[in-house]
Amino acid sequence: MSELVASLTTPGVVVAILAMALATYLCRVSGYFAMNLIPFTPRLRRALAALPGSIIAATVLPLVERLGLAAGIALAAALGAMLIRRNEIFALVVGLTVAVAARAWGL
Amino acid sequence: MTFDSNQPILTRAGILLGFRMVMPALPGVVVFAAAFGAAASAKGLTLLEAALMSALVFAGMSQMVALEAWPHGGAAWTWAAVAGLAVLTAVVNSRMVLQGASLHPWLSAHGNGLNALQLCLLTDANWLVGARYHADGGRDLGVLIGAGLALWVMWILFTIPGHLVGALVSDPKRFALDLVMPIFFAALLVPLWRGRRAAVPWVVAGLVALVVSHLLPGHVFIMAGAIAGMVTAALMPEEGA
Repeated sequence: MSELVASLTTPGVVVAILAMALATYLCRVSGYFAMNLIPFTPRLRRALAALPGSIIAATVLPLVERLGLAAGIALAAALGAMLIRRNEIFALVVGLTVAVAARAWGL
Repeated sequence: MTFDSNQPILTRAGILLGFRMVMPALPGVVVFAAAFGAAASAKGLTLLEAALMSALVFAGMSQMVALEAWPHGGAAWTWAAVAGLAVLTAVVNSRMVLQGASLHPWLSAHGNGLNALQLCLLTDANWLVGARYHADGGRDLGVLIGAGLALWVMWILFTIPGHLVGALVSDPKRFALDLVMPIFFAALLVPLWRGRRAAVPWVVAGLVALVVSHLLPGHVFIMAGAIAGMVTAALMPEEGA
């Protein structure tokens, strides 16, 4: 039985997932309950509005530097594809195709 | 006080309306879920772990970012690693604080207990559906719940085939599966675009992250960049001021 469980997951991973779930739940409820107490200032509103794009930029830019030229070209292609047709599937397919081709070429 | 301001409404018809209203978002959710499944498999998570994370965390962007910060292969899990992931997850999902706050005028008609429960389903797409519905004068909480439930089920369901396909590929790099996350993320910037001015914090976030990634170990750079972006946005003068 314990072998079966071990093949499915490890305790550390489950603890990490539970911690992530708790952190996310607190984010979900805290805004609603905070509004019972404090008003959101325009400044705080602007800061939170800038957050999704900031997270993406902060994640992707160092990653591209680490992963190399092929990754950079693939990302640019995906962005271009997304600009032409606002479709995530299309952008993902274009980006991955360009990445596979660029790596096959040895970039 | 207007007639509808404090009447709590929650009906089955509202839940079904929520299902229908969130339909246009489902193709994107399916692709995102499958992309997460594939990326999770590339990072060595088992199918059960990937599905469990989708079911309990149910926040795609933070799940993707967590994978990027996931301890490598056989690396031992420490409490510091767990705490780091929890903080990173909270930073990525802190936009939900604003989303939850923005729903307050609508939700306050209902009890705190019901809200604590139904907010488990709060995510970008049902928030958007709910915010539009409420702005159009709708008051049925079922819309928010129905849209959230549909998203939750689809999110778990499509994590699974993504993981199975990802696990079939023996060399993820050759098929660029290691790039699924960054490509998907970069594509998300397009619908988020609100003009050059609003993109200034993003540039600051990216540059700060780039510099920090060379100075500090681990994935501190994601948080450093995200916080730099928020601070930049807070310090920028009001548009037209």
